[in-house]
Amino acid sequence: MDFSLSPGAVEFRAEVKAFIAEHLTAEVVTQMHATGTFNDKAFNAALADAGLLAGAVPGYGDRDPIELYILFNELEKAGAPYDGLAVTMLVAGVVNAAGTDFHRSQVLQKLLTGRFNCCLGYSEPDHGSDVASITTKAVRDGDEWVITGQKMWTTMAHVSDWVILLTRTNPDVPRHKGLTMFLVPMDTPGIEVQPVPTMATERTNATFYDDVRVGDEWRLGEVDGGWAVMGVALAFERGVMGGTNPAVPLLRHVRDWAAEAVSPDGGTMLDDPLLRERLARTAIANQVSQLLTLRAAWIAATGGLPGLEGSMAKLYATGRYQQAVGWFQEMAGAEGLLGFDTDGAAADGWIDYDARHAPVTTIYGGTTEINRNNVAERHLGLPRNR
Amino acid sequence: MDLDLTEDQESIRDVFADFFSSETGPGRAREAEPLGYDTRAWNRLMETGAPGMGVAESSGGGGATLADLTVVVEEAGAQIAPLPLVDHMVAARLLATIGTCDDDVLAGATIAGLALRPPVDGVARTVPTGAVARQVVALEGDALMLINGDPGDHLGNHGCLPLAHRSLAGAKVLAEGPDAVAAYGRALDEWRTLTASALVGISRTALALGVGYARERHQFGKPIGSFQAIQHLLADLPGLLDGARLLTAKAAWAGDRAIAGQTGVADIGDNEITDFATLACMALVSAGEAATTATDRSLHVHGGYGFSEEYDIQLYFRRARALTVVLDDPARECRRLADMLLAGHATGITA
Repeated sequence: MDFSLSPGAVEFRAEVKAFIAEHLTAEVVTQMHATGTFNDKAFNAALADAGLLAGAVPGYGDRDPIELYILFNELEKAGAPYDGLAVTMLVAGVVNAAGTDFHRSQVLQKLLTGRFNCCLGYSEPDHGSDVASITTKAVRDGDEWVITGQKMWTTMAHVSDWVILLTRTNPDVPRHKGLTMFLVPMDTPGIEVQPVPTMATERTNATFYDDVRVGDEWRLGEVDGGWAVMGVALAFERGVMGGTNPAVPLLRHVRDWAAEAVSPDGGTMLDDPLLRERLARTAIANQVSQLLTLRAAWIAATGGLPGLEGSMAKLYATGRYQQAVGWFQEMAGAEGLLGFDTDGAAADGWIDYDARHAPVTTIYGGTTEINRNNVAERHLGLPRNR
Repeated sequence: MDLDLTEDQESIRDVFADFFSSETGPGRAREAEPLGYDTRAWNRLMETGAPGMGVAESSGGGGATLADLTVVVEEAGAQIAPLPLVDHMVAARLLATIGTCDDDVLAGATIAGLALRPPVDGVARTVPTGAVARQVVALEGDALMLINGDPGDHLGNHGCLPLAHRSLAGAKVLAEGPDAVAAYGRALDEWRTLTASALVGISRTALALGVGYARERHQFGKPIGSFQAIQHLLADLPGLLDGARLLTAKAAWAGDRAIAGQTGVADIGDNEITDFATLACMALVSAGEAATTATDRSLHVHGGYGFSEEYDIQLYFRRARALTVVLDDPARECRRLADMLLAGHATGITA
């Protein structure tokens, strides 16, 4: 095995780091947490203009696919607003894999400019993990489809240009065989976006679809073939597109806080043996998370679909992140409860932020339980339990 | 970057997977208890050249890299081989580095080992191979010492390792000073890396035993492996196991690079770690946790049978704990790791 990056990848990483140093200003970070929108159109456009998005679409183009991993890993480590960009590039990958020439020219090329966004319309109020049971329906009417229903957790819908929408087109067949995916322009009449505030700083949305009419050219994949398109999207989503190294900025913030914070036992918190042990354990978990993610990226780079490996990376990384956040908030005591811009906040409010954000990471993008089911059934070969 | 084994390493893996499954395995491990040493298997292993394969060719060895050795050792761990392979490989490499690895150690006819902790009152305590090794290398102060003589009295123990205390009386000074300390430190990091690989092998088999039992054992009219409560105990393990294996492989890679003169970095702020000593410590803690968790859950899935001597999982359970703590408490290893990782972040109040 060789854990060194190729010279080209090293160069690319240096470009990304230089970009982040220049463009990830305090204003950008403040803005993302103040608005709850972890997406910055000017930042995305600048990334594209710097030529850094050319390799950011999974399965597309001739750049070294390790660039995809590097880009999102560096953005995540730096605490940059990359959530919207990751979803957008994920959709770009799905469009590339399952779309038509029309989709590629109308959507994919625009997404590569960094000036457009997409969001995911899978979950519904009554159907989350059991996504094959969704009820938003699409009914054919000549060359058009009429879509009616409601989606939940459509994060970034309020800044998006398209939503990929999972719909039911056939209620009379087994549930996963009657689904069709659409790529719907968000300015189509009949779409309404309502904000859903969260306990963390990020906002998400509920979206409503009332007799939304789109032409058949906006269908993504076969009629009743939506489940296969979902499979591609999920394999791209888990592991490779960020989300598996959230404890890197946390560790950095806590380390810097501990070096200055006075310990009730005397000295600084960085002298506390238990905190030192926990910082080390978090550093180990961060390395393991990075390697599990790198493996998923490596499999993608060598022509595979790393669905299971992505599940393993997400299971491990998100569990360890939550554990670390719990440790550090307890050890910071009352100051660990104080948020951004608050006098005395431990780590300038980052511990409070991470403690608020961490719970969602074992839920979104496939819950821990769904990922365990995947590993149990498809990796360990245990009998299906549902 | 390349996360696959080389073709040579795949061959090594296949050869030693065959060797350890036919010459060792749980049955032989049980027969070798309580000492934890199988003379017949060691003699057969000598025929493969494994005891000296990690020594440089210029010193008469097989010239295998640390990365190659991890591949061999994982297979030994997977078959819970009652053999002092890791300690012998590491001690032979250390002895060769200072020019004193004799032909019997190269061949394995004389077993060599390493005292992992500083001697107390002239005695190296609980040496992992103390009850089978004639030669034991220890560090006393800044002096690298060679204990050469009959193996010590076996100390019965949890994991049936051939532990013994060894006196330094009459031990020979091999080298002294900073270079001696550095060579010993390097050997300990190789021990951490290879022991991590043995623990990965143990984790792998523990998981397979748990999954196999869960598929066969029926309760309430179904295989217990169809119950989600059982599935989810087991489903966390592949990530732990694969993560520990990747981290161990990365440590070995860094160790081989260090020999070639390439130094690494350890920057937790950027999660960029390529330093051998740092990665070796991380690998041991990570693999120790994977093995203790995998054996714990697998044993539990076996129900009462897991607790009985008859089933193999208890062998793996006990060996996992023994290899995880025989060097030190993992929490203390973590604090040592913190000293390395936070060295550039001295506090503002205390020195």
